[in-house]
Amino acid sequence: MELCSFLTLDSFIKDPLTHDFMRKALLMSSLVAAVCGFLSSYLTLKGWALMGDAVSHSVMPGVVVAYALGIPFSLGAFIFGVGSVALIGFIKQKSRVKEDTVIGLVFTGFFALGIVLVSKIKSNIDLHSILFGSPLGISLSDVKQTIFISLLVVILLSIFRKDLMLYCFDPRHAKTVGINVFFLHYLLLTCLSLAAVVGLQSVGIILVVAMLITPGATAYLLTDKFDNMTVISVLSAIISSLIGIYVSFWFDLETGGSIVLAQTFIFLFAFLFAPRYGIFKLKKLFDGYK
Amino acid sequence: MEIINYQNFRIEAENICVDYNGKVALYDANLRLKPGQICGLVGMNGAGKTTFFNALTGFVNISKGKIRINGESVRSAQKDQTIAYVPQNEGIDSQFPISVWDVVMMGRYGSMNIFRCPRESDVQAVKDAIERVDLTDHLSTPIGNLSGGQRKRTFLARAIAQRASILLLDEPFSGVDIRTEKLISELFIQFKNEGKTILLSTHDMIHVREFCDLVLLINKTVVAYGETSEVFTPENITTTFGGISPDSLFGPES
Repeated sequence: MELCSFLTLDSFIKDPLTHDFMRKALLMSSLVAAVCGFLSSYLTLKGWALMGDAVSHSVMPGVVVAYALGIPFSLGAFIFGVGSVALIGFIKQKSRVKEDTVIGLVFTGFFALGIVLVSKIKSNIDLHSILFGSPLGISLSDVKQTIFISLLVVILLSIFRKDLMLYCFDPRHAKTVGINVFFLHYLLLTCLSLAAVVGLQSVGIILVVAMLITPGATAYLLTDKFDNMTVISVLSAIISSLIGIYVSFWFDLETGGSIVLAQTFIFLFAFLFAPRYGIFKLKKLFDGYK
Repeated sequence: MEIINYQNFRIEAENICVDYNGKVALYDANLRLKPGQICGLVGMNGAGKTTFFNALTGFVNISKGKIRINGESVRSAQKDQTIAYVPQNEGIDSQFPISVWDVVMMGRYGSMNIFRCPRESDVQAVKDAIERVDLTDHLSTPIGNLSGGQRKRTFLARAIAQRASILLLDEPFSGVDIRTEKLISELFIQFKNEGKTILLSTHDMIHVREFCDLVLLINKTVVAYGETSEVFTPENITTTFGGISPDSLFGPES
């Protein structure tokens, strides 16, 4: 993958597409990005960034156990993801320890368990691909699982789009008018676990939380409408994935890290230049010229 | 003692207790309100005002006692959209990306289908409600760009659009401008004439004398309850606020 001196934009984009693994990586990562981006709007507004971090790290032992038992790794990951949240809730309720401490304590415990299990089981589990993602080496069964889970999450979020928005905004009102808040809480948690599972294939367990919060945070700086926020969040997630994969292909960089770095740069751009909420408040500047 | 006919009361709370993981927030509290009554809920911060509201809306479960709303359970009151809750301004995320129209439309969610698609009647109800609180010029304004008073009116409009017969208002007069205060007090009179029942919490003693037929003084439990003219005495107020004299209570939040 030498970077040719006569490389044009055309071949920059088209050459990687001649490789089967690249086409697959681009498609799958875009799909995963779209799912995580969709969910991201809700998580950032609900203030669940730390929860996203916790769940995504806690799926680690689930992945390892699933590989060892030969069951779909998404199943194992899902069980441990939801289990971690239940444990966090239980410890918080039964002790005087503060919530953020409990969250940090539980997810690092789960994560450590995962690492110990990997060293003990010593099968053909590739620790590196779990920790840092491997969108370029995704297998056919993984593709099927990813598509299935992604569609499931998108359908669930689409059906309960407005209810979830109300739940994030004003759960008390939701409860008062007879909407099942308990259900919505666990729906959002379930979607979070599932999104973490598909996200870890792209960028790995350590960085998957970025997929779940950065696109939403970027979109939050750019709009005051919830629907627009969702669209911007999804688009910025997809664009970051494409940029990340292309850049990692041409410059031989770690793919997961490149995707997240692309997201971070887009966020920083919004942070500086967002029309209304950016540091330089471009809208005011333009209005001034009128 | 007269025989109680539940149908006569909009709110009927009997010896209710609420605790959070063993910590008692409210105990043995009683309240009865009829249609058209306005009741002030007065107490210190942490005296259980919000907990009382939460118990009535079903947001927290009561550990003891009984609540009847229009003679039925809290659960069926939720289904029937009977109670509307108007939060205090600090209780909501004002930076949430949502417009006045969308907030008021949330008042209709409970009676819509699962996808929450507004029908013609929902759109009309939202329009009417926004008109009543004088926010027609701000339909698509994000709530973050509203003043405190306008935001308060937005949530009042949501309660109106919901067509609830009971309104619970948490500090309706805190942080609002004169215009909003006037509009709210006019709406109160209209609500009263429509037979709605209002329970409002407030720190402001003047508002209690001005608007409330009844007053409920609480400090973890009911200190005094009855007609404002009879119950709202300096002695009762002093007891409610843990021995602090009423004179020092007219300042900012205690």
